[in-house]
Amino acid sequence: MADPMLRVENLGKRYRVGQLETYRTIRDAVTSVVRRPEAADEGGTPLRGSAGADSYLWALRNVSFELGRGEVLGIIGPNGAGKTTLLKILSRITVPTEGRAEIRGRVGSLLEVGAGFHPELTGRENIFLNGAVLGMKKSEIVSKFDEIVKFAELEKFIETPVKRYSSGMYVRLAFSVAAHLEPEILVADEVLAVGDAAFQKKCLGKMGDVAKEGRTVLFVSHNMGVINRLCPRTILLTDGKVVKDGPTDEVVAHYLRSESTSGGQRRWEDPQNAPGNERIRMRSVRVVSEGQVAAEVDIDQPTSIEVDFVNHAAGIKNLFVNIYLLDSGGATVLSTASTPAANAIHEEWYGNPHPVGHYRATCTLPANFLNEGRYFVSAFVVTLGPLQVEARAEQALSFEVFDTGVMREPGGGTGWPGAVRPRLPWKTEMLSGGVGSSSSGGESR
Amino acid sequence: MTETTTELPLTVITPRSGWLGVSRRELWAYRELLYFLVWRDLKVRYKQTVLGIGWAVLQPVFLMAVFTLFFGTLAGIQTTGVPYPVFAFAALLPWTLFARGLTDASTSLSANRNLITKVYFPRILLPAASVLAAVVDFLVAFVVLLVLMTYYGIVPTLAVAALPLFVGLAIVASMGIGFWFSALDAKYRDVKYTLPFLTQFWLFVTPVVYPITLVPDAWRWLYALNPMVGVVEGFRWALLGQSFTIDSFALVSVAVAVLLFLGGIAYFGRSERSLADVV
Repeated sequence: MADPMLRVENLGKRYRVGQLETYRTIRDAVTSVVRRPEAADEGGTPLRGSAGADSYLWALRNVSFELGRGEVLGIIGPNGAGKTTLLKILSRITVPTEGRAEIRGRVGSLLEVGAGFHPELTGRENIFLNGAVLGMKKSEIVSKFDEIVKFAELEKFIETPVKRYSSGMYVRLAFSVAAHLEPEILVADEVLAVGDAAFQKKCLGKMGDVAKEGRTVLFVSHNMGVINRLCPRTILLTDGKVVKDGPTDEVVAHYLRSESTSGGQRRWEDPQNAPGNERIRMRSVRVVSEGQVAAEVDIDQPTSIEVDFVNHAAGIKNLFVNIYLLDSGGATVLSTASTPAANAIHEEWYGNPHPVGHYRATCTLPANFLNEGRYFVSAFVVTLGPLQVEARAEQALSFEVFDTGVMREPGGGTGWPGAVRPRLPWKTEMLSGGVGSSSSGGESR
Repeated sequence: MTETTTELPLTVITPRSGWLGVSRRELWAYRELLYFLVWRDLKVRYKQTVLGIGWAVLQPVFLMAVFTLFFGTLAGIQTTGVPYPVFAFAALLPWTLFARGLTDASTSLSANRNLITKVYFPRILLPAASVLAAVVDFLVAFVVLLVLMTYYGIVPTLAVAALPLFVGLAIVASMGIGFWFSALDAKYRDVKYTLPFLTQFWLFVTPVVYPITLVPDAWRWLYALNPMVGVVEGFRWALLGQSFTIDSFALVSVAVAVLLFLGGIAYFGRSERSLADVV
């Protein structure tokens, strides 16, 4: 590339394992210095002396790529792959341990909306403060002020301290300020996963506009559908390394294939590594068809998706399981949840206190529903009031739907086009008998 | 797209950069943020208070009243002819500026952890803004001193022209130590617990409640290592007229303050690069 906006060469970042704790006291430092001379060292400085390499973790290693003007790059990868670390280095929040990056122009980073918001200040005051924190000039904020307020739909509450805002209002205002920043390079991390559906759509539109204006964008997301829509090119990071870099559909397909186990079951043997928190831990996600765990299911048979989880917090109410099905391109085929509104049958647990224990939520997909192909299952355990995702297993596993039955014949092996392949009731009626006199020629009897 | 890529400023990110951590060009580019940080500190400090900015006046005034009663009246400390309230208040003003600036600056990084781990900006603006916010309080409380001086009929000499220098010295001292402590506080929360004790101790090794003449001449050089000695001496000399003098020991205070300041910037610059990982 002749004139890249961003050139990253062999970038690496190492953390000292165990140094991420927030509280450090001199006593800790003294005791660890006695044990190991490097321990009092600042994070991420090169190795000196004799500390074992196993006390360090490379969050990012040998990462190289270039980005041209106006390019929109998606970054995907499992949790802990180094996506956020990469963005933090590029937005200069933290320094790399090795390698270098060259950046042309102003970088705007949206690692979290509302950084620097102060609860005591009003919406108006926070727009100015947050704008300045993000690197806007005062004159710039003044000229965009009305636009920001309008985008956030908060005209009436702009003189209210943000501590009285609902979380939705707060996020809308924060995103709106950030969205009106006009850097040459925009670095964004999952910021679209905010607010209600309508506002999310608006944010997505805004992100699309940013890309169209010729700005260079780096965008991290777990949402393959969004990545597909926004980014022509995507990088897959795994364990801090670039595993694949290329057209988004190829990279996403590669990721989904590699990420999900295809055995029809995903189990987390070690509870510490299982998705979740100290309240809820996921145990397993599996696909069951014809009475057994199956990675390949027959289209003529109903298929169940079972999510096992352990509840450690007695008395949680309003707990439900949420499932997303993605196709091989990363587009969401359907989403469903065990809430009463989304449930076709009565469910006894929702809304009642859940004692400590092991639970299984089962969702049954009817036979003759999904079309042939590979599907990826993302499962979430969610509690309400306020909404909180307690455990998330994105693309936990995949399964393949095969059409072996009677419907194979008419398609002649090429299959039925479409996302779903239902068998629907058809009825043909004869509306009237005989043929009119105007028809061509009579039939001989 | 009229401009070409090469016309845009280039930023290079490498494991190690210059000695200062930030360039002056960058500090200049972020000057408006400094203003907004000061503005935020002041706004937030007096939100939901009845007295508002009145607190900036009330604190030194209360201290003055207490000192006047115990040290001026009961202990009968000699103040070379100046009424004790003015004597104490002229020192309490820069002292409050110094102590508040130092305290707020020292915890400014850990208090703004959320900001540091999410957005880039020159981090040194945080402790600097804390001290500048204390300067605003100082200016408000200064009005009280003018009232006191008018009441007691004290007319300053030409030396009053030197007052801004001593305000500057107090700022330099407060920021300098603030830079050291804030960078330390980001890593070691011990700093937070040390501060109240330290400022109390510091108040008594500064000639706020007593005149500097109480300190034996033989120990003056050691005493002057405390930059606030020079500041307080300077304030009384500049404001309260002939009965106070300033001697060459003040230069020791100036030198120490400048050294602490430059050293603080260097230490901060060194620590700044790993702040987001440790704070």
